[in-house]
Formats: sequence, structure tokens, C-alpha cells
Amino acid sequence: MPEEHAHIIPYRTFLLVWVALLVLTGLTIRAAQFHFGALNVWIALGIATLKSSLVVAVFMHMKYEQPLFKLTLLSALAILAIFVGMTFLDVLYRS
Amino acid sequence: MSGHLHKDYTGAKFGMWLFLFTEVLLFGGLFILYGVYLARYPKEFVMAGSQLNVWFGGANTLVLLTSSLFVAMSITALRRGAKRLCLGLLGGTVACAAIFMINKFFEWSAKIHHGIYPGSAHLKEMLPGEMVFFNIYYLTTGLHGIHVVIGAIVLSWTMVFIKTGRVNAGDWVILENAGLYWHLVDLIWIFIFPLYYLILH
Repeated sequence: MPEEHAHIIPYRTFLLVWVALLVLTGLTIRAAQFHFGALNVWIALGIATLKSSLVVAVFMHMKYEQPLFKLTLLSALAILAIFVGMTFLDVLYRS
Repeated sequence: MSGHLHKDYTGAKFGMWLFLFTEVLLFGGLFILYGVYLARYPKEFVMAGSQLNVWFGGANTLVLLTSSLFVAMSITALRRGAKRLCLGLLGGTVACAAIFMINKFFEWSAKIHHGIYPGSAHLKEMLPGEMVFFNIYYLTTGLHGIHVVIGAIVLSWTMVFIKTGRVNAGDWVILENAGLYWHLVDLIWIFIFPLYYLILH
């Protein structure tokens, strides 16, 4: 039996996260009914990011992983952010 | 399993995560396409997006979130020695995958019935922005749907391993990795749902 991973996450933790995810889904549907203009997309993205953080941290156990995993996750997200950032630098500021 | 087999849990999980990062970049590319065209055709995106059925998208969100819960709980069940509960939870996940795909089938059928599918004559008559929206909608949800099917197959396969005892309370990394894949499928949908189905109603 591997010595790492000794931590067994209780069912209750998962159920709480699931409830939080449902509440956030309700919130994102509700928020879409108001017209905030361009802000709508940012609210949707913000809630989606919060939901995915919960999934990654608890459902995918990232919270309990070694620093190597967390650092790699951060670098992958940084690479994605660079792709997005460079694309929009071109798209939004092309004269 | 024999004791000679060297098991590297960290390596196995890390490999899975590296694969998932490539998946994130793959779908990331599709979301960049969405973002670029949203910036170019904001009005058309709202017009096209409001034609998608929030109920289909919402129902599938509930189905996927619940399926993710089942997978997460199945690992706890297996490690606590509750093999039958674990198999039941995984069976529930595969059932959720089936419900998701049935929903998707009806959703796409309705759209195709209305002449909205890539390359259709009706789509060509639409505004360029609307056409782009529906094309990337089919591309993104289609690729995601393929992932749902693959995830269901991988989880079913893992269920066989659990039944035969190859995956057990002391050796569960295969279930762990299959679960990670399934959660990724859920993660992608968490972004697809608001961006495609909720864009201004």
C-alpha cells in the first residue's frame, strides 16, 4: 500500500462541494438574466472560475497534492493566460 | 498483485495531470476562438446564443456536477472497503454520462431539424457572426461530447478492474486517474454552459 495519499476525504466534504456547485450554477443562471453589458461575460467567467477551483481543489484532490502538482497546474494556467493575452493584444489593439 | 511490481503513484498521477493540461490547452484554444469572435460579433453572438435551450444546458450541468460527485465519492468508498457502494457510484456516473448524451442528442436533433448545423443552407443565410457562433458551438460541444463518451468507457473499464480486484482498497490509482479525466470533462462544461447557453437571456 502506498504510503502517500493516506488522506481519505470524507463523503460529507464532497457533498458540501456539490451543494456549493449547485448554488453557484443557480447564481450564474440568475446573473445572466440581468443586463450588465460586457460585464455579463466577466461575471459568468468569474463564477465558472470559482466553480472549477472547487472541482480542482476538492474533487480532484489538488488541495492535498504535493507542491510539484500545484506548481505544474500554475504553469499550465500561466501558459493558457499567455495564449489568451497575446491573442487579445492582437485582436483588440490591431490598428 | 505480486509484490515485485513497482508502483509509482506520484508518477502515475503526475502523468495523468500532464495529459489533462494538454486537454486544457486544447479546449483553451476553442475558448480563445469564442472570445475573439465574441469581441468581433457581440450582437450576433447574443442573437445566436439566445436560440440555444437553457433547459438542455442547465439539465446537463446538473447531470455532470452530480456525476463528478459520484466519482469523487467512489474513491472514498473503495478505500474504505465499500466495494459495492463504489461500483454503484461509478454505475451512477456512467448512467449520468448516458443521460448527458441523450440530452445532447435531443438538443442537436432540434437544432438540426431547424436547419442549424455546420454547412447548412439556413446557416449560410444567417449573419456571419451567428454562423461563426453555431460553428464553434458544434465544434466545442461536439469535442466535449466525445470526451463524455471516452470518459464513460474508461470508467466502465475501471469498474471491471474493481470487480476483478485489480483495482482495490490498497491499489486505486487507475480509479483515481479515470476520475481525474471525468472531472476534467465536468470542468470544461462548467465554462461551456454560461458562455454558450447563458449569453444574455
